[in-house]
Amino acid sequence: MSAAKNININLKIWRQKNASSKGSMETYKLDNVSTASSFLEMLDQLNEQLVNEKKEPVAFDHDCREGICGMCSLYINGRAHGPDTGITTCQLHMRMFNDGDTIYIEPWRSKAFPVIKDLVVDRSAFDRIQQAGGFVSVNTSGNTIDANSIPVPKDDADKAFMAAACIGCGACVATCKNGSAMLFVGAKVSQYALLPQGKVEATQRVLNMVRQMDEEGFGNCTNTGACEIECPKGISLENIARMNREFLKASVK
Amino acid sequence: MALTGLFLCLFLAGHLAGNLQLIFGTSLQFNEYALFMTTNPAVKILSYLTYISILFHAIDGILLTFQNKAARPIGYAKTDGSSSSFASRNMAVLGTIILVFIVTHMVNFWAKMHFDESMPLQETVVESPMGELTLYNTVNGSYVNKEAVEVRNVTDFYDPQLNLKVGQGYKDLHKITFEFFKDEKFGLIFTLGYVLAMLAMAFHLWHGFQSAFQSLGATGSKLTPAIKLFGKLFSVIVPLLFAIIPIYIHFSK
Amino acid sequence: MKLDSKIPNGPLKDKWTNHKNHLKLVAPNNRPKIDIIVVGTGLAGASAAASLGEMGYNVKAFCFQDSPRRAHSIAAQGGVNAAKNYQNDGDSVYRLFYDTIKGGDYRAREANVHRLAEVSGNIIDQCVAQGVPFAREYGGMLDNRSFGGTQVQRTFYAAGQTGQQLLLGAYSALSRQIGLGRVKMYNRHEMLDIVKVDGKARGIIARNLVTGEIERHSAHAVVIASGGYGNVYFLSTNAMGSNVTAGWKIHKQGALFANPCYVQIHPTCIPVHGTNQSKLTLMSESLRNSGRIWVPKKKEDAEAIRAGKLKPTQIAEEDRDYYLERKYPAFGNLVPRDVASRAAKEVCDAGHGIEANDTNEGVYLDFSTEIQTKGKQSAYAKGNHNPTPEEITALGKQWLEEKYGNLFTMYQKITDENPYETPMKIYPAVHYTMGGVWVDYNLQSTIPGCFVAGEANFSDHGANRLGASALMQGLADGYFVLPYTISNYLADEIRTGKISTDSPEFAEAEARVKDSINMFLNNNGTKSVDYFHKKLGLIMWNKVGMGRNEKGLTEAIAEIAQLKEDFYKEVYVPGSADELNPELEKALRVADFIELGQLMAMDALQRKESCGGHFREEYQDAEGETLRDDENFKFVGAWEYKGDDISKEELHKEELVYEEIKIAARNYK
Repeated sequence: MSAAKNININLKIWRQKNASSKGSMETYKLDNVSTASSFLEMLDQLNEQLVNEKKEPVAFDHDCREGICGMCSLYINGRAHGPDTGITTCQLHMRMFNDGDTIYIEPWRSKAFPVIKDLVVDRSAFDRIQQAGGFVSVNTSGNTIDANSIPVPKDDADKAFMAAACIGCGACVATCKNGSAMLFVGAKVSQYALLPQGKVEATQRVLNMVRQMDEEGFGNCTNTGACEIECPKGISLENIARMNREFLKASVK
Repeated sequence: MALTGLFLCLFLAGHLAGNLQLIFGTSLQFNEYALFMTTNPAVKILSYLTYISILFHAIDGILLTFQNKAARPIGYAKTDGSSSSFASRNMAVLGTIILVFIVTHMVNFWAKMHFDESMPLQETVVESPMGELTLYNTVNGSYVNKEAVEVRNVTDFYDPQLNLKVGQGYKDLHKITFEFFKDEKFGLIFTLGYVLAMLAMAFHLWHGFQSAFQSLGATGSKLTPAIKLFGKLFSVIVPLLFAIIPIYIHFSK
Repeated sequence: MKLDSKIPNGPLKDKWTNHKNHLKLVAPNNRPKIDIIVVGTGLAGASAAASLGEMGYNVKAFCFQDSPRRAHSIAAQGGVNAAKNYQNDGDSVYRLFYDTIKGGDYRAREANVHRLAEVSGNIIDQCVAQGVPFAREYGGMLDNRSFGGTQVQRTFYAAGQTGQQLLLGAYSALSRQIGLGRVKMYNRHEMLDIVKVDGKARGIIARNLVTGEIERHSAHAVVIASGGYGNVYFLSTNAMGSNVTAGWKIHKQGALFANPCYVQIHPTCIPVHGTNQSKLTLMSESLRNSGRIWVPKKKEDAEAIRAGKLKPTQIAEEDRDYYLERKYPAFGNLVPRDVASRAAKEVCDAGHGIEANDTNEGVYLDFSTEIQTKGKQSAYAKGNHNPTPEEITALGKQWLEEKYGNLFTMYQKITDENPYETPMKIYPAVHYTMGGVWVDYNLQSTIPGCFVAGEANFSDHGANRLGASALMQGLADGYFVLPYTISNYLADEIRTGKISTDSPEFAEAEARVKDSINMFLNNNGTKSVDYFHKKLGLIMWNKVGMGRNEKGLTEAIAEIAQLKEDFYKEVYVPGSADELNPELEKALRVADFIELGQLMAMDALQRKESCGGHFREEYQDAEGETLRDDENFKFVGAWEYKGDDISKEELHKEELVYEEIKIAARNYK
């Protein structure tokens, strides 16, 4: 472990008053940032500085700060969730940066994710896709069959879990040059397609979710694979292929 | 995109096999092949399919590109391309280069073959007691004396006195091709242009081949690595062989 | 005020069944005429909203996050308990009930806990039916693991992301109802007050966090499922936005707040690194299945480690103090959380802490023994009966990676240390709050029509919660309890008709909210909200933390009262009311945290005993274990709001009755 030290950095941050105003990149200087701090703690430090100067702090989305809620976003130096891989922005640490660095911080850019303020975007398009079919239609009575009555091959369960590990952060859309949401939708479709409980509604599910995805204004998948690289949970492209299969199957039925 | 793309890959393989006769065959063989390709009804159907595929592939590609651009109305101030390959990010540009190439290619060769009224015909020079004698080859394997016939309707040989058709010749595409790439003024430029187009083709295929299978959902833990390997080999070998032909012609004696 | 817990009569095991059979119902054709508000979309809130929507009620659900899927239930790592006995190790509903009561140090209601154990199995059935991908064995059956405070394997899990998978399951059920139009979802909305009409909960005032608009929403019943109040401490494993505002606002309107001093300090979190730290990260309790906790026996060694002169791997086996195994041979590293946390504090207070932070607080969680054991097993399983030490180590690490890979990666990303090579550094951190809004057996607060579910209520975990029980409770409340008990309440509301938001009560509540917002924005202070929050956190951690005493608590009460005064005088909140304003959101939340903090100290002061997470230094046995006073403190302490001065709050007692379980000293030795 390298011992923590303090660095001075320059920040170029997208500032935008609200959804309808025009934004621009603003420059800030921030000194004495501990390399043991997380990236968001660095932004806290900046905001503390701004508040003390009676200036408006930078709005950014964040919540759990342990890489699971999917609330944090940020396009840092040209990459979704910053330069490290397999993590969210809240898990990015300042030890990835050097003294004197200039760091670009921008919001997710997508027609389907309009900016609300500064670095905060509206990702409710994902919710609407989920509402279109991302579920098993079972009542919550608890009077279902015993959990062990349908054995599920471990391999399928593991694959379903790996697809279900998606945190819905939107990095896939942000990083895709086409602004496509196929990795997100593919992961959801895959999770259910792999489990016996989800197979019953598979046809309707994939058609409905894809229809909603298209309506939201996401771009098309051209298989660049950037989403898989930038996904903090390492969701595999295989999920997109599986969705494509499911979609073709459903379309010819 | 996937279906048309894969069909065009098949076309490429067939086209390459034909073109290689420019190196490994005689001019007669090549011209026989050219005639076969322009007249055989089965080939006709295939060629129409190819035209449609190219058209569809291009139009669909353009539409997708516009849709994808629209999915991100405001771009990033800073981007970093490290999470995807050059080829995958630039399919539209590469495709456009290829499209331009196809148009010029068709003007230079296909259009001449089909519409040029002054197309040269396959000739054979023989030693005779009267010295060198230039004969036209006819499609049924015999010869007619060039001096003794009149060419009408581009390829029909007529006895000028009797006003009767005595045979039909081969359009000499072989000659056209050699003259094109050996042109004193522009031959080198044409060759270079062709090679560059093939380079674009290589990149286009480098991403496109495997991408097509991904889009069709034709993936698997054993299948995908095999497809990837084949795709990479295909994308290098096919354009390379295509490119060798004009170079060979240009530098041949 | 007389507290009526409404616990049904009859034998313990029949209480819930009989109760359900006699609850009033609302016919399907009447349900669409009835509105229900659900605040919070974690396990309890999402499952309640989904279930109530599915039944046909008009549901409005609120969350402050940008999507219901982000509620902090998502961060639960280890698992969910259920008495399925799939592992054939003698588990039963009774044992789960018994373990939970004992784990809670005999400060929870028997009837509630038994109901929880009864429905635990349904939770697993339900989740599997919803497509929750639990871990499975090769035969296709569900896998289980062990958690602290139990001697059976009853914990169902999905790698280290069980909370995520369960929440996404509940979120999918909720999404289905939103899609069908039966639930209307309000993302980025924060409830800022409750509206009572004729004493009944009739709606809420919410702020649209994007536009700043103050909205009135009416309903026939209100469900508060807004989680716990761990962020009183500023540093905790809670999400940054987790707050007590919904619970505190209903408290101010008449809901009693029970056992606020019961806070769970989780033993395995990554230690604090510096003053700019914003939160603490949990390392799942499941790691205690495989890791051994130790500190250097010699203080000199601990000092040398802190100074960077020694590495933990250089400390010889005989110089390590595996203090949990030493003190609690029967449960060893798997003692309940409160016990493990206190033990860590004890060794660090004695100067054996290994982390080079301000307080030297940190102990080791070491996987080297497990690497050897599992490595050898793996080698044998592969037919290699003479493995080399290198082979064993490599296989052992591989085993660890399969089991805990994501947790190890997370640790490495945060600390820049490789836990496969060097032991993890851990220290306790505030994690969960057992206290909360007082509710009766029907989960109804002392405000009629206002129900409270999940961590926000106080009901099931007594003075300490066992691992993997929070997820169980959240889903039990939302899926299997509230749908019955709310219907019972609403059966009398079918003739009420739509509730107007134009009443003076709504206007009054809205004015309260607007006043407080304007007060903050016009306050020309000089200090940020975080400045005060951090100050509050320090007071709470030092004086109302793992070890409490009369002197410290008395000081804390005075200091917090002073802090409250300073806060209102000196806080500076930038921006305006009609926009997305995170500083304003924080100010409104911290105002409530400060008041609750004071109440927590008061509750801790009145509880002159040690139990579970509440450790009063004056009340311990010769070996430093908690010393309960069952004669005088076997009650739920529920506080009634008496105006702005928190010190005036009045304590009400609900005596706990143990009919089934013989109450005894907790023993994990």
